[in-house]
Amino acid sequence: MDKKKNRNSINGKKLGIQAVAALIQNANFKGFFSGKLYTGPIKKVCVPGLNCYSCPGAVGACPIGSLQNFLGGLKFRFPYYVLGLLLFFGTLLGRLVCGFLCPFGLLQDLLYLIPFYKKNQFKIDKYLRYLKFAVLGIFVILLPLCIPLSPAFCKYICPSGTTSGLWHVFLNSSVRKQLGAIFQWKLLVLGIVIVSALIVYRPFCKYLCPLGAFYGLFNKFSFFRMHFNESACVHCQACVKACKMNVDPTKNPNSMECIRCGDCVRACPEGALHQGFIRPKTDASPVEEEA
Amino acid sequence: MERSTGKSTSDGKKDMTRVMAFVFLVLAVSLILIGIYKEQMQSVLAKAVRICMECVGIG
Repeated sequence: MDKKKNRNSINGKKLGIQAVAALIQNANFKGFFSGKLYTGPIKKVCVPGLNCYSCPGAVGACPIGSLQNFLGGLKFRFPYYVLGLLLFFGTLLGRLVCGFLCPFGLLQDLLYLIPFYKKNQFKIDKYLRYLKFAVLGIFVILLPLCIPLSPAFCKYICPSGTTSGLWHVFLNSSVRKQLGAIFQWKLLVLGIVIVSALIVYRPFCKYLCPLGAFYGLFNKFSFFRMHFNESACVHCQACVKACKMNVDPTKNPNSMECIRCGDCVRACPEGALHQGFIRPKTDASPVEEEA
Repeated sequence: MERSTGKSTSDGKKDMTRVMAFVFLVLAVSLILIGIYKEQMQSVLAKAVRICMECVGIG
């Protein structure tokens, strides 16, 4: 009972951190009422998570939108700055960004809390996981390179952009007049993501998010990482049952799918799992690696 | 990657992970600095301060 209470309070803390991160990234509060975007200098910096820069509250730039803007310009420019930032976030944090800093991740976490039919494990799940790499390769990189001025991911998929669009639709009549088939399509995608998020844990992160795909590639090298002490493990499978991303931390603690939510760490009765930043190697602590 | 059996963990693997992490970090910082030098921050800002028609679904 106490353990369950403790777990609930930790989940509450995690949601609190996610909410603070979402608020910081959308701190232009008056924009939510006026519909006017923030235009200050902070918007030169890309935020780590998926947060559309057309959201009235956004104070930073969207990394995926910015990347497509460089790749899909009339004159190709290598996206040094945006790619550097993505590499920086990925190397430092890996998919911890997805677990704690992404506003769209928070939205999905909240949706999954709603009591509804839940089915988090199904046969095609492991195949669908590859879809996000296709989205990254085709919609974020290839199509913008081939069709200039057309950020395909933003245009046809991004549900964060659609939620931003909904704000503008409510606040701006001129935007309302321009709505057409693309908006209806994006609304359908958003609807599917929202309904899926009631049933499956973080379906967008698992199957579609190009940022998740990119950061996932760095989970094995990132400074923030998982550590599994096999000698302490009693093979009770508590961590496997606790993981809503369907990762087995005893087999692959730094899996591309792990969003570092820490559910497995808390579930382990023997303390065999830890997560934290890599420490610089010193003579005093040759084995200890995690914070 | 980080599976360990107490102190018998392969130090080589850990060292490799550390090296990779530092290499990627140096690469990331270098790319950011080159981008800033090439004034790419201004391009990001220029796009981010206007409503992105494609993003909101009317482009």
